Amino acid sequence: MHADHSGRKEAREEGEKARALLAKSRAGSAAAGDEPILEVRDLVKHYPLTQGILIKKQIGAVKAVDGVSFDLAAGETLGIVGESGCGKSTVAKMLVHLEQPTAGAIKYKGEDITKLSGRALKAVRRNIQMVFQDPYTSLNPRMTVGDIIGEPYEIHPEVAPKGERRRKVQDLLDVVGLNPEYINRYPHQFSGGQRQRIGIARGLALNPEIIVADEPVSALDVSVQAQVVNLLDRLQAEFGLAYVFIAHDLSIVRHISDRVGVMYLGRIVEIGSDEQIYDHPTHPYTQALLSAVPVPDPAAREHRERIILHGDVPSPANPPSGCRFRTRCWKAQERCELEVPLLAVPAVFRLADTPAGHDSACHFAEEKQVVPPEGLLEAPGETTAEEDGPSQGVDGENGPAPSGSTRAR
Amino acid sequence: MLLEVRDLHVEFHTRDGVAKAVNGVNYSVAEGETLAVLGESGSGKSVTAQAVMGILDMPPGRISGGEILFKGRDLLKMKKDERRKIRGQEMAMIFQDALSSLNPVLSVGEQLGEMFVVHRGMSHKDAKAKAVELMDRVRIPAAKERVGNYPHQFSGGMRQRIMIAMAMALEPSLIIADEPTTALDVTVQAQVMDLLAELQRELNMGLILITHDLGVVADVADKIAVMYAGRIVESAPVHEIYRAPAHPYTKGLLQSIPRLDQKGRELYAIKGLPPNLLHIPPGCAFNPRCPMAQEICRGEVPPLFEVAEHRESACYFWKETLDAR
Repeated sequence: MHADHSGRKEAREEGEKARALLAKSRAGSAAAGDEPILEVRDLVKHYPLTQGILIKKQIGAVKAVDGVSFDLAAGETLGIVGESGCGKSTVAKMLVHLEQPTAGAIKYKGEDITKLSGRALKAVRRNIQMVFQDPYTSLNPRMTVGDIIGEPYEIHPEVAPKGERRRKVQDLLDVVGLNPEYINRYPHQFSGGQRQRIGIARGLALNPEIIVADEPVSALDVSVQAQVVNLLDRLQAEFGLAYVFIAHDLSIVRHISDRVGVMYLGRIVEIGSDEQIYDHPTHPYTQALLSAVPVPDPAAREHRERIILHGDVPSPANPPSGCRFRTRCWKAQERCELEVPLLAVPAVFRLADTPAGHDSACHFAEEKQVVPPEGLLEAPGETTAEEDGPSQGVDGENGPAPSGSTRAR
Repeated sequence: MLLEVRDLHVEFHTRDGVAKAVNGVNYSVAEGETLAVLGESGSGKSVTAQAVMGILDMPPGRISGGEILFKGRDLLKMKKDERRKIRGQEMAMIFQDALSSLNPVLSVGEQLGEMFVVHRGMSHKDAKAKAVELMDRVRIPAAKERVGNYPHQFSGGMRQRIMIAMAMALEPSLIIADEPTTALDVTVQAQVMDLLAELQRELNMGLILITHDLGVVADVADKIAVMYAGRIVESAPVHEIYRAPAHPYTKGLLQSIPRLDQKGRELYAIKGLPPNLLHIPPGCAFNPRCPMAQEICRGEVPPLFEVAEHRESACYFWKETLDAR
């Protein structure tokens, strides 16, 4: 059943590629200059640690998120990367109101949603939807696919009147590349990649403007990952969606994101455009993270400097004073212990017009190129250029023009 | 040759029928060599390793054919207690999930020391001293104080290092590591991989590294075997496979991973889904997803063709795959 359907889907995807590319360029130009659709300011989430059974006494707090701020423009993708325990998933949950922040504001079109309740909150939540990581546990095994995707309409009946729902669900199945006839099947009848498509269809059901995707492809096999990433790309172009894309895989984040924020122990340590973060990182943690990513090319080994961090991430219940990264940082000095570095353009880069001039929370910010410039590492099947590439990456933010084929070769 | 797997077949009897998990796998590892076995879930990479270790669940599993030669002797023909002696002393395994592979109610020191008590007949006191030594060796800070701690008191990276210590304890000649870094964060991943490679060099062990991550493999392996639907579809020295894959599946995998140094282009996606092991397609198992599939691919299972010295590909069109760059 899988094979014949996927063939059909492939053919359709081919036809839609051109349309998607067109729409994307349109969406891109519309996004520029727009007001941010989502403004997050000083978001804090502390989970209390209590002692005692009858008389509970708070003895501390796990500072899962401790002052996170960012903007999201309409139609853009913000990637958030970080290791486990850095608070990225907690941020996601607060954005969709599954967790109430301890402090801070989440402004959707200028309105702080953390202060809303009742009907106003319900209206906002319709526009911010979530796709979860694990397609095996985020779908109710006792509901049919039709019920799962149609469930949002029970809560927001104004989007689709009862009679239209079935047709809408079938449309959604088609949009995410599943056979509309599968509407009466159960989740266990699908593979991991197909289930993730169901999760995405449910996220799309209410025509949201923002989709928060928490590790949407981490649980999938490599060959299926690419299919889902391409689907997310296509949907963004088609519906003008804004994504908050949370992942630990830096390569996927680079592929999908316009801007990237790097989190460590509850804070954003560096944020900028994808080129700024990947080609001109200035925060030591970002540099270490990038250098640790294994590149699938043994020839690249000789060209890469690897920064291996010592120790583990400290506990968020008791984060280090000053800069939180200082316990693992090779640059740490006394100042890092005393003074919390602010997330701003570092003074050294403030006047110069350089891609290194983006927000970075480090007292000793310094540009260091850890990802070899594009072109040095060739696509598989091609010979590797041996000469050292220029230290500047691709100029401009647009990157190479998308070619009609899958990869220019 | 340290280990040679010859024409291994493993099947599982399930309610829905017989799932053919491994269908004629051949590979070999020499001393001091690292073989990476690459594949997606259901490709049979872990099942092969479990058969080598002798920890396959039987039933429902059944080894229906083949030989596993360890230092020249067929493990499958050995008696149970003979095999038991080899397991742990001569070959050891590192699992993906350290938290569920360690016993939560025994201290780490007891678990490490147990190896010496059982296999070497040491006293508990000596065994504990050995445990501290091992923890030092895998760079666990303050090993002496922490030897009495329980697994949950360690971080993920440290737990994985304890797993490595346990595998290394009796200085085996073969280590099988099944996705040893998959559950870890990238910065810790690098630490653990480096440690594993270093200890391997020191003890001149053979290492089988089972993984789905093409990136991890590139950094440490000498040679790669790519598995699909229970068969090896391509095997080659590590440098060559990345430069010029000779099987469409390998090629598709390499093209479908987004890369840190590249941006913006649509990802190549292998169409379709991995096969159901209950109904493996006739002929080449990859043919329904293969862009190069012809009539012949649907009819007969392709043998392994010799592409070059030490290179094999199970594709009728390996030459075209190599040439079509």
